[in-house]
Amino acid sequence: MSTSATYPRRDFLAAGGILTGFLAAGGPLSLLAPSRAWALELGSLSSAEGARLLSVARTIAPHDSLEDAAYAIVVKAIDAAAADEQVRATLKAGLAQLGEDFATRAEPARVEALQAVEHSEFFSFVRTKTLGTLYASPIAYGHFGYEGEAFSKGGYLTRGFDELNWLPDVPLEDSGPKAGSGGR
Amino acid sequence: MTQIAQDDTNAVVIIGSGAGGGTLAHELTRRGIKVVLLEAGARQSYATFTQNPGEAFVQLTWLDPRTTSGSWTVPQDYPGLPSWTAKTLGGTTVHWTGATPRIQPWEVRARSTYGEIAGTSLIDWPIEYSELERYYELAERRLLVTRRHGNPGLPASSHFKIMYHGARRIGYHRVHTGHLAVNTQPADERGMCIQQGFCVQGCKTGAKWSTLYTEIPRAEATGNLDLRLRCHALRIEHGADGRASAVIYRDAEGNEQRQKARLLCVACNSIETARLLLLSESSRFPHGLANSSDQVGRNYCRHTAGFIWGVFDKPVKFWRGTTLAGIVEDETKNDPKRGFVGGYHLELAALDLPSLPLAGFPSTLWGRDLGFLMDHYDRMAGMLINGEDMPRATNRITLSTSVKDSAGIPVAHIHVDEHDNDAAMRAHAQRQGRAIYEAVGALRTATSRQTPAAHNMCTARMSKDPRDGVVDAHGRAHDVPNLYVSDGSALTTPGSANPTLTIVALALRQAEHIAREMSSRNL
Repeated sequence: MSTSATYPRRDFLAAGGILTGFLAAGGPLSLLAPSRAWALELGSLSSAEGARLLSVARTIAPHDSLEDAAYAIVVKAIDAAAADEQVRATLKAGLAQLGEDFATRAEPARVEALQAVEHSEFFSFVRTKTLGTLYASPIAYGHFGYEGEAFSKGGYLTRGFDELNWLPDVPLEDSGPKAGSGGR
Repeated sequence: MTQIAQDDTNAVVIIGSGAGGGTLAHELTRRGIKVVLLEAGARQSYATFTQNPGEAFVQLTWLDPRTTSGSWTVPQDYPGLPSWTAKTLGGTTVHWTGATPRIQPWEVRARSTYGEIAGTSLIDWPIEYSELERYYELAERRLLVTRRHGNPGLPASSHFKIMYHGARRIGYHRVHTGHLAVNTQPADERGMCIQQGFCVQGCKTGAKWSTLYTEIPRAEATGNLDLRLRCHALRIEHGADGRASAVIYRDAEGNEQRQKARLLCVACNSIETARLLLLSESSRFPHGLANSSDQVGRNYCRHTAGFIWGVFDKPVKFWRGTTLAGIVEDETKNDPKRGFVGGYHLELAALDLPSLPLAGFPSTLWGRDLGFLMDHYDRMAGMLINGEDMPRATNRITLSTSVKDSAGIPVAHIHVDEHDNDAAMRAHAQRQGRAIYEAVGALRTATSRQTPAAHNMCTARMSKDPRDGVVDAHGRAHDVPNLYVSDGSALTTPGSANPTLTIVALALRQAEHIAREMSSRNL
């Protein structure tokens, strides 16, 4: 690792922390992954900021059994956006304001701390990024049971689009025949 | 590919290739008329449609910036996306859900029926409903609309079962899988619906009607169409005689071009149609082309909209299946005893997992309430309100005074203050939607606020009196005899129906009129 002549050495070391975590034991991912440990390099955020941001994302969109790794993807997306100077400034200021112990506090305290800044640009940005990223990964698809693209599998016409059985069928006069069922 | 010379003063130029422009292009070219069709977007296909929602959004959506103002909640809940329409060949018919209800008979007499409502700019349509009916029938046969003219309806999905039984249990009678321009069997050289659930990302079987793979290829096959993709219209010019003479546009390489025209049809969807007319101001038309009435951009309507969600304790998997194959029609009546004029539909609506949290909920939702809803994603049902919103003179499209696009041209500015009637209608619809879900055992229900405008209407509306609108009963500009509006901007009032069928019906009628006028040399 060499330092560029244009970067003051101190700034170069201050940027770019690392976020680390473990896949849940026995979970589907841990069975596939070569190792349960994961690490995410950050470009703009420090390790402490990354960890705090992960905790903010978990407080905004809490899913107790959803892998930390899914939230790390959110942190990564926000870290990438923080390559922009203004975004970085807002983000770092917002995280600093939450305090160094944010991630260790119990949920009610974390919620209260975020409620206090709910109308800030920092919160709005983090909420939008969290909600826009968290549910888009393969980890999230698997966790929430979303099946993703359907065309290559022939859609759901023969794969359960109407399998719900805790309500009666709908009369044909208010719906229509299934293709191949012979009706017209 | 047919090429029409840029100085061909005999050319008909259509700007925009959606439900209006695409249909009109086919109808004129098949009658032997040479048409230049300008489309700002690129050409996609069954092969290029993607079922990755994030990618599809970027591929199809009109993402050029707009600015906003007013008391409406949309800018707060959906920053940067006041309106969700398409920029692609085929326009919003690539993205739509295929819903094709008809406007109701009294809705074309909105002012006469509802009376004077303070703070609105209601007027009656300048055409009789019986006239519109003739063209609805033509449009429904053309689009193979389900549950019309002997066409069977779509089958009931798991998702629809919930809407159906909930609605019936609270006393609704007119509940079915909808009038949709979606094939239940292969027809019209298009495939059939295989219940994929990615309607709004572009239908990969062509089951859902779109001008992209019907009207436009057929127009091309006539040999009379000069289709110019990635061409963005900048202004319309007129001669000293006050007739439209040419359109200036930015081509795919970024160069400015001028195409002369015998007549021009503007079909850019309501925000860009208004913007184009406003940008085309001149000393003769200081407030914008065809705008002596000052009505261009005004009376902007979006339908009273919003999502209602129900969460259950058993699987629903609402993403499986035709997105909008379910509708409740009982509230499309006019019954002021409910606390508002005008009516609304409740329409089946699902959202993919990545899109749901930002698209489906208000921006104030986070924490355990959000977590609970998303944890129940596979046990969720949804519907979208689609109601008649009130036209207001101050709800309007203007040119932004602060933001310009990459070509240095002012972007569209959208100002909306919601009318009390809209709020009352939405509140009623939310109560009814929640009641539907509770009637079949919902654990919890949730709602969004007003959603980004999927339906954009009335910004260059038809009127009998030239002071009340922009175009006449044929969509012809009151001020400019060879300028037409061919998209949803021409609707006089929004009614409670998704607008595409009405746009196609009006385009079919306009095509007949234009062909007649051209052959008798009036145009």
